[in-house]
Amino acid sequence: MEIDARGRACPEPVLLTKKGVENSPQGVKVIVDNVTARENVKRFGKNAGYKVEVEEKNGEYILTLSK
Amino acid sequence: MGEKKWIIINGIIVGLISVMLVYFGNPVNMGICIVCFIRDIAGGLGLHRAEVVQYVRPEIIGIVLGAFLMALGKKEYNARGGSSPFTRFVLGFIVIIGALMFLGCPLRMVLRLAGGDLNALFGLFGFIAGIALGIVFLNKGFTLKRTYSLNRYEGYLLPFVNVVLLILVIAGTATGILFFSKTGPGSQHAPIIIALVAGLIVGGFAQRTRLCMVGGIRDLIMFKDWYLISGFIAIFVTAFIGNAAFGYFKFGFAGQPVAHTDGLWNFLGMALAGFGSVLLGGCPLRQLILSGEGNIDSVITVMGMVVGAAFAHNFKLAASAKGPTPNGKIAVILGFIIAFAIAYLNIDKSVNIKMKGDGKIETYGN
Repeated sequence: MEIDARGRACPEPVLLTKKGVENSPQGVKVIVDNVTARENVKRFGKNAGYKVEVEEKNGEYILTLSK
Repeated sequence: MGEKKWIIINGIIVGLISVMLVYFGNPVNMGICIVCFIRDIAGGLGLHRAEVVQYVRPEIIGIVLGAFLMALGKKEYNARGGSSPFTRFVLGFIVIIGALMFLGCPLRMVLRLAGGDLNALFGLFGFIAGIALGIVFLNKGFTLKRTYSLNRYEGYLLPFVNVVLLILVIAGTATGILFFSKTGPGSQHAPIIIALVAGLIVGGFAQRTRLCMVGGIRDLIMFKDWYLISGFIAIFVTAFIGNAAFGYFKFGFAGQPVAHTDGLWNFLGMALAGFGSVLLGGCPLRQLILSGEGNIDSVITVMGMVVGAAFAHNFKLAASAKGPTPNGKIAVILGFIIAFAIAYLNIDKSVNIKMKGDGKIETYGN
């Protein structure tokens, strides 16, 4: 499941991620386009017990949360 | 502790700098106050004529430039905007009306608590209540919509304006352009160079750590995340120790510096500031940092605060040591009504995630 949170300022990306993992507990993919959102989503994922991988693609960050 | 280390260090530095700035001449418990200082800048530019609060505070200039330079250096500078700009302007206006009822931004609230000012407890309770209220709307899908990329030079304008202000404040009364208070809080200030360097340090640091007073309580309630509030607590502890060491600590309600004892309106003022700040996504300090990073929506928010501060002193909305004014009470109530309307009207139902057939989520409402 993918969440497109580009252009959104925190806390929205984190909130969307939270709703995402509630719907899809095995993990989600989140796309953000600013460092603050990247860090916050990463921290949220780790706090919720997920493995978080980050890849950067021309100024956008794809975070993969998996169990 | 690992990832919290830097924000705790940031909090310690802000706490120390705040106490040092009082030592060098700023009003007590007002080493740094974004709201008071924006109000002083509005006065320094002659946008209001309250003669006791007119001074272009170099701390604010330093915070903006510090965040700007740090963001540039760390390749995080990015000019963007277009997320409900006028709504943000209005919210900035409302936040400063609420904060001037209490007499301080969330950061000064912490500094006042650390100085023994118990009136700030009512502010803190109100602040938490306002944040909780904002979270209700966030959970319902409140959003000011996405931002878009802008020409990178758009984001250079605010730092440029700050450099011009710095030159003018250094030039002093010679130019006859800026206003300088001769008495009152506006006349109490640290030397320009010390205030500027303090601002640069705070701005640069807070750009890295995303220090935010509203975010601290918000993330704790919403996500049980202690990261941002750790900075908040570090500021409190450090300023408390610093105040005790320098003899600024004074425990009680009565006779506190630049404060009044009306608990109800301290509560309501900060509740409004907290509510508005959650809708904006960050406290006044965070808005300043973001505006240095090229976030034009935050620049507009800061402009809303400048205009709000000017209105507050033109129309006698701001409280003083004597307490709230009748006009100020009306303004806070109106502020709540407008903030509620903004919160309600910007709920985007389509953001509530629904599993789509292809497993993708559309988060763009129309």
